[in-house]
Amino acid sequence: MFASLSDRINAAVSSLRGRGRLSDADIAASISEIRRALLDADVALPVVRDFTATVRERAEAAELSKALNPAQQIVKIVHEELTRILGGQARELRFAKRPPTVFLLAGLQGAGKTTLAGKLGRWLTEQGHTPLLVAADLQRPNAVQQLQIVGQGAGVAVWAPEPGNGVGNPVEVARSGVAHAKEQFYDVVVVDTAGRLGVDAEMMQQAADIRDATQPDEILFVIDAMIGQDAVTTANAFAEGVGFTGVVLSKLDGDARGGAALSVASVTGVPVMFASTGEKVGDFERFHADRMASRILDMGDMLTLIEQAERAFDEDQAAELANKIAGDGDFTLQDFLTQMQQMRQLGSMKKMLGMLPGMAQIREQLENFDEREVDRVEAIVRSMTPAERDTPKIINGSRRSRIARGSGTTVTEVNQLLDRFEQAKTMMRSMARGGGAPNMAGGGFGLGSMPGMGKKSKGKMAPPVQRGKKSRSGNPAKRAAAERAALERPTASRGSAFGLTDPSAPPSLDLPEDLTKYLGR
Amino acid sequence: MADWVLPVLIGVVVLVVGSLALLVPRRRRRALPPAAPPVAEPTTPPTGPAPPSGEEPVETAEPSRAPPAATAPELTTPESVPSRLVRLRSRLARSGALGQALLAVLGRDRLDEAAWEELEETLLQADLGLEPTTALLTELRTRLRVDGTRDPVAIRATLRELLLAQVDPTMDRTLATARREVDGTWLPATVLMVGVNGTGKTTTVGKLARLLVAQDQTVLLGAADTFRAAAADQLATWAQRVGVEVVRSDRDGADPASVAHDAVDRGVADGVDVVIIDTAGRLQNKAGLMDELGKIARVASRRAPITESLLVLDATTGQNGLRQARVFAEVAQLTGIVLTKLDGSAKGGIVVAVQRELGIPVKLVGLGEGPDDLAPFDPESFVDALLG
Repeated sequence: MFASLSDRINAAVSSLRGRGRLSDADIAASISEIRRALLDADVALPVVRDFTATVRERAEAAELSKALNPAQQIVKIVHEELTRILGGQARELRFAKRPPTVFLLAGLQGAGKTTLAGKLGRWLTEQGHTPLLVAADLQRPNAVQQLQIVGQGAGVAVWAPEPGNGVGNPVEVARSGVAHAKEQFYDVVVVDTAGRLGVDAEMMQQAADIRDATQPDEILFVIDAMIGQDAVTTANAFAEGVGFTGVVLSKLDGDARGGAALSVASVTGVPVMFASTGEKVGDFERFHADRMASRILDMGDMLTLIEQAERAFDEDQAAELANKIAGDGDFTLQDFLTQMQQMRQLGSMKKMLGMLPGMAQIREQLENFDEREVDRVEAIVRSMTPAERDTPKIINGSRRSRIARGSGTTVTEVNQLLDRFEQAKTMMRSMARGGGAPNMAGGGFGLGSMPGMGKKSKGKMAPPVQRGKKSRSGNPAKRAAAERAALERPTASRGSAFGLTDPSAPPSLDLPEDLTKYLGR
Repeated sequence: MADWVLPVLIGVVVLVVGSLALLVPRRRRRALPPAAPPVAEPTTPPTGPAPPSGEEPVETAEPSRAPPAATAPELTTPESVPSRLVRLRSRLARSGALGQALLAVLGRDRLDEAAWEELEETLLQADLGLEPTTALLTELRTRLRVDGTRDPVAIRATLRELLLAQVDPTMDRTLATARREVDGTWLPATVLMVGVNGTGKTTTVGKLARLLVAQDQTVLLGAADTFRAAAADQLATWAQRVGVEVVRSDRDGADPASVAHDAVDRGVADGVDVVIIDTAGRLQNKAGLMDELGKIARVASRRAPITESLLVLDATTGQNGLRQARVFAEVAQLTGIVLTKLDGSAKGGIVVAVQRELGIPVKLVGLGEGPDDLAPFDPESFVDALLG
């Protein structure tokens, strides 16, 4: 497993302070690590070359800040550059002045065009439009049928005059689809086309013909987040062949680092507009340049983690819980059980932990964990009576041995869980109250200098905790305000990551937050 | 907004993960109905089963088998293996930009650092990955120092040889598709097709069925992709074209393991040579889905062992391909890889890393959209294509 880029740069750069500028050796070492990280993330080679050149330039010119060590400074530059390229040209979808607006989807085979058509249809409906999906993929067997089913699932009308499977003329279908939309007053037409290769001149011509026939307002290029070095070749071929105006990154819910996003954005200058993040029709969101930058660099992704948690947790329950934790009530083992069950819906704990910045270091330990541990914990809690769950204090020796027997564990394990529970309770309380966390005085924990990183299990757990705490530190007033806002606000809509950056959200959640950990070291 | 989330989240993590636990979700993402009924009637194309099989591939250009009289009009005769090999080899060499760059580099009088860098870039651009590339070039340097040659042709030959060694032509790349007799019953060979979304599993199943029919084997398909819209219909269309039968569920969202089991079951009953099971695409980081795949593999091997478990890998895939292979190998005990979409500009260099690390050979390559554009993997042609 790869260590995160920031860790590697740290290792590569000698942390001599006091010099006015970054030393050439430091820069050279960092650049080679950056190059490696970008290539591992499948960023295309020409893009890597340009990118490292820019970073080198900026690093050489940069005054060495007193607050940052050289490694932190370089990471900051890299992150800023990445965000700039990825998000530089962000914009809204263009709609036609006189409906219908036409969106054309194009891409390689298997990029996810048909699925995306459904998602886009649903999204447009939610935005108050009446979209029509046009089945112009007559190539792949049963693609038309797939679109019909997808459209049905999304609650969107589908125009499919031809049966497909090689029968019919896609240009005609697209044209008649737009005409049909005009008649029936659909205001947006999404044309799903067949997958085609960049080298296939005939098919590219067909795509261009569809484009000419429908005069689309936006041509969206759908690209798989897993794509490798071929991204540039393919993107260029499509840019020349049909000329796209926006990019959609699909399968971003996988664990590919998605360097393709950077490649395409940087080579074609066309913005990545949306990300497709799952197989359900609602798994579709706007593209977040800052998050993608962190992902490419493997820097942890707090925002996504929080967002996922929000999706999985019942809001009222959680708000109540937050109150409890903060001291109005008492956090009980019953609450813990409920939360644990909700968390299981979140997806793999490994993935979540991986999103916490700084966790990359202990990735190997993460990989080797026995997942049944979780079941054991649950079994222990379930072996307690409701009274015991509410007031763990009453658990005496004989109750302990009963619980151990009931859960098939040992008294020691029960004891450990109870100990952890007390600790966690204290910690959660101090965090929820903001500021005043006992450990905060320590201030700058470095990732590497984390105490107890070694053998003890609790030590291993410590980093994310302190990390999270730290990133929320120092601004209790804002946090309290945000908390109030959170209680008033209805559940965030899916993919409403932008909600997090709105004015009512604590500024600590903004992008530079990702960097706080480097700054705070 | 996030304020209640974090304390709770972290608190729970601390509690659960006392010893750095990882929580792997037990949830079934796909909201499967609890009890999936057994497979419904297979959609039977209006054809009789293919004639009894001979195990040997047919060497003639046209398969000797005449389609049965009841054949639907669209039933086509698959192309034989040798003839498609000839036709497809040319497609591999389609985009030679890299090779030209390489030749230009090697043609220089002396190989300086810049030239080495360009060599490295050529290999990186084929998605070979940083580590294999570095290893390869280090070896090349050593070899050149030993040989003391400056001849670009010789250097190219050495590079080719090293690359070829990485791809390892000695690996067994035959598909285990022969029927076997166990305890007096003839059991069909079972092929399980797995992979992430959109790599071309269903298409590969269809093409493989044709390939096997061209070799005079009887084939039965199992449509265990019960998730994606119209996947079973897509498979049925393929099956109809070549005149084989499909076992499928009567509704979407049925238990894929049960479909797979029924397919094998029927394969045993009907005495076919090969049962090919198509599965839904799944991203390797979704634990719930990977569990589901494990279940499919387990259940499908109940009647007859799975003889081939093939990972379908898209040639455009970058470094993530290695992770895919690693996870799928663990869950589905891969025996081979199908590298698809190799007719594009992508080189599929990631399979070198996959083979090297996991020892799983590439067995088939997909080289186009035509129904017969699937061919056995040929290491030499592949390396030549990598080098342009």
